[in-house]
Order: sequence, then structure tokens, then C-alpha cells
Amino acid sequence: MYEKDGEKYFIVDSHSHFWDASRENWKPGAEQYAKGWIDCFYGYHQLGPPETHWDYEKYLKVTPEDFERDMFIEGHVDYAIFQSTYLKEWYTTGFNTAEQNAQLLDRFGDRLIVNGRFDPRDGDAGLKELEADAEKYGLKGVKLYTAEWNRGSRGYKLSDPESYRFLEAAQGLGIKNIHVHKGPTIWPLDKDAFDVSDVDHAATDFPELNFIVEHVGLPRIEDFCFMAVQEPNVYAGLSVVIGGLMHARPKFFAKVMGELLFWVGEDRMTFGGDYNIWVPKWQVEGFVDWQMPDDEAFTDYPRLSTAGKKKVLGLNAAKLYDIPVPPELRLQTSAGDQDKPGEQLLTEAAAAGSP
Amino acid sequence: MTALAAAVWAALATVRDPELDEPITNLEFVSSCTVSGDGVAAVRLRLPTFFCAPNFAWLMVADAHDAVAAVPGVTRADIALDDHFVSATINEGVAARAGFVASFAGEAQAELDELRAVFLRKAALAGQDRIARPLVDAGATPEQLAGARLGDLPPSADLDRLRRRRAEVGLPHGPDAPLLLHPDGGPVTAEQVPLHLRRARLTRVGIEANGHTCRDLLAVRYPEEVASS
Repeated sequence: MYEKDGEKYFIVDSHSHFWDASRENWKPGAEQYAKGWIDCFYGYHQLGPPETHWDYEKYLKVTPEDFERDMFIEGHVDYAIFQSTYLKEWYTTGFNTAEQNAQLLDRFGDRLIVNGRFDPRDGDAGLKELEADAEKYGLKGVKLYTAEWNRGSRGYKLSDPESYRFLEAAQGLGIKNIHVHKGPTIWPLDKDAFDVSDVDHAATDFPELNFIVEHVGLPRIEDFCFMAVQEPNVYAGLSVVIGGLMHARPKFFAKVMGELLFWVGEDRMTFGGDYNIWVPKWQVEGFVDWQMPDDEAFTDYPRLSTAGKKKVLGLNAAKLYDIPVPPELRLQTSAGDQDKPGEQLLTEAAAAGSP
Repeated sequence: MTALAAAVWAALATVRDPELDEPITNLEFVSSCTVSGDGVAAVRLRLPTFFCAPNFAWLMVADAHDAVAAVPGVTRADIALDDHFVSATINEGVAARAGFVASFAGEAQAELDELRAVFLRKAALAGQDRIARPLVDAGATPEQLAGARLGDLPPSADLDRLRRRRAEVGLPHGPDAPLLLHPDGGPVTAEQVPLHLRRARLTRVGIEANGHTCRDLLAVRYPEEVASS
């Protein structure tokens, strides 16, 4: 819980990691990729406030004590949702597997949720693994990397028939939150992993599932917004948006927030601090203090109220994940309600004959 | 700088990051550029991260190759992308003029013309916001904006840029062309103007935010050489 100026905020960090990028874990023969990957992350890390920068060695692998301090003691986080990122082609035991994450459940199980993953290219064996993980960890969500390397393939689409098998299986297992990485630093060749149109297909065909597009599709925020406005079950995951822009480029942070508030709305945005790219403390505090600038260029953007900040920082994700919120911290949000966020916009556009 | 070296630099300034719609020289993606006495132009390129998308990297290296090789007096263009996970494949493929599909055999199914066109259309949409926003601020009505022609507008660098992007992707760009066009080239009615301008601005915000993030990451990656702006 974070309190500022008499207002109390229930914080759910819906996108965090506990990775092992140590040199010992770099897969022989793939060291340059393992290093290149974590170096990219380290670049992003340095877009945060200078006083929060760690040295490279610490960045490769943090301890459970670091995690506890950074998230729960100093970081204001009430609940954290771990996203699993395997990358086993580069990291011997995986970069950040569900199993690795689950090691912390013993200590922090009352405020930690482990999300799984799947890869449709793994076929029947992958389905079995998903079932086993769902049972073992009580999965309510998965994180999907559509650009992950897998035995010579450099990516897949959520709209592929094999992906649909997995989404059907996930739904049957009670997994309702599908986090999709659509964001920077990855490598598609012509199989464009930034393209969000595959999420559009899947969101239409799986209306019972929630699709949280992490990093809001940056660098293609416009494609994301055009899609999200039409799909009631699509959410804007703010991981990287706050961490990468709020400190480094405040003016563009305000513009991006303004666009998201207009197209997607405060009930469909979820905070993710992206630990351990960054720690959540400065992100939570900065976001609570943040105001849309008063300059001319920002006048027709919606404003984010204190209630809106409470939803974005925790209440929306709490609702998607059925996380109990103390009564005094509750607020009404339409997250998970499957209403049409852009109904008015679409109606107006249709009336105007917009293509 | 010799005249030939200056001409090579000017040629590199015509090469853009297709997604950011900015010259690679402004983005500081050119880390060095030298021309030998016998006309060999050696250019080294760098990008903000090790995993920058290879399709865009390919386009920049290939475009740099074509632009530099076309400079009169250049006997050979030697373009090298550094510090990237597929540097070798791209550098060799471009030098051999092998094409993207052949260079990434099994991993790529199409050349990159359509990818380039997608981002040109986005640049053409974003450019409409740059021209229209001051008009909106000055009180232009949706009817006036829907009726505005490129030839009616005061000359500006942004207008030239918009016209060039449209020309490149085959959209109307002459004096009679409407200022506001849908991405498919269709006209925008007065009723559609508010939402169209919202879309144009969103597209511009996306492109510009990415440009700044790339600059920030490049400055972090090459702190000795790049001035953070």
C-alpha cells in the first residue's frame, strides 16, 4: 500500500520478473545472444533515475532478499504478478521460468502470483506442460512471447491454428489472463512480432479471455490503440511505458498517457514495474505525483484523477486476478466487465462513415 | 572534409530509419564515414540495441549502400553494421546484393517493400497532424480542413516532407491534393475530421516517442560518443 496526501493506493505490480542472467547460465555457443539480451535490458534500466541504477553484475541476478526489499519493503507493492520468460535457447536453465519464480512462493505466497507460459510450437508436449503448470501453480495467467526462438523458428502468431489450440486449453484450465509481449528489443525477421493484429483476431474469438498487451505495443502504439478501442477484452499493460518514458522523456510520457486515456481508458490500463529492469518505488511514487501538463498541446487529452490512478496502479489488475482488496481501498472499475470502451467513439465514427 | 566525403555524408543523410522516419545521420546511427584516395567509401553503422529488428536494419544498410554507391566518384561502397546479432548476415547479404529473403533463407518469406510502404503510409498520416495542428489551433473548422489543398498551405519543411512521403508511397501529393487523406488515399469528410486528426496525432506520437527512446538507448549504449538530446 502506498499513501500520499491522505490517499491510499492498493498496488498490484502486474508485470515483474526474477531472472537469472548470470554468466554461468549463458548457454554455451549462444553467449552472445544471452549477453545481447540482458544488455538490451540494461540499456532500458538506465532510462530510470540515475540514483536507482545498479551496476551490471548486480543486474545479472538479484537475490530473494533484493526482491523482497525492492518490491514489498521499499516498493509499495501489495501484490506482484510474475511473468515467465523462458529463452532456453540462450539461458541454460531458462531466463526466468515459472519454476524459478515459484521458488519465491514459499516466502511470499500470500502476495505473489506466478504466471505460466506456453509456446504453440511445442505441440502436444507443450499442452501437457501447460496442464501440469496450471495444476502446480494454480495459474490464472500466462505470458506469451510471440517472438521467442524455438528450434529454428523465430516467432509465431497468436492467430495461428496451433495457438488457438493452446488458448482453448488455457481457457479450459481456468487461465483467463493472457499477457502478450508486444514491445521493443526483439528481432522478428519478416514475421513481425510487433504487429498486434494477431491479438485482435484472438481477442475477438476468445471473448472470455483478457488480453493484456504489455508495453502497449510500443513501438506500434497506434496499431494497439486502434485495435483496443474495438476489443472490450484488450488491456494496456503499462510496463516499460512508465519505466522507459516517465523519467527519461516526461513530455512523451504525458502524450502517450493522453492517447491511452483517450483510446483505451483508465479502466483498461494496468501498472507493471517490470522488475528487475527497474524497481517499482520510483515508478509508483512518480505516477501518483504525475499530472497531465497544462500546456496548450495537452488540452484535449483526458485527465487522470486520483481514482483513475488507483485503478491503474492496482484495482484493475486486482479485479482481473481476483485479488482481495481491503474494503477501504476499493473503488468501482469496469475492468473485466467486457463492456465496449470505445463504443461512443465507434458510434460517432460509424455515423461519419469512417473506414 | 573533402568534397567527395561531403557528398557521401549528404547521401547518407537521405537514408532514413523507416519506422522513425528520420535520417540515420540525425539519429547518430552513422558512427564513422571515411573516403579513401581511390574513392572507397567506408561507412560504419550502429543501432540502439543488439536486437533491433533485422528487417529495419537490413533496409538501412541496403539503402546506405545504394545511396553511397550512387555518389559520382565513389568506386566502392563498403557499409558495415556493427554490434548487432545478425550483423554478418546483413553486411554480407547487402554487399553481395543477395536480397533479404536469400540472405535469411528459411526465416524470411518476402522482400521488404510492403514493410517500407506500411511505414511510409504512417509517416504520411503523422505528417498531416504536423500541418493541421497549427491550423486547428488558429480556429480552422472541420469544413475548412476537409477542403484544404496542399497548394493552399504556406510553404514549410513539414509540408515538403509530407509531399515527399506521399509521393514515395503513390498517394496524391500535388497542389490540388487534399491535406487530409485516409491511409488508403480516400478523402476525409468534414464529419470525419475530428477522429481522423486524432488518429493522425496518435500515429505521430507513436513515431516520435519511439524516436526519442531510440536516441536514449543509443546514448546509453555508446556513452562516449553520443550526446543525449
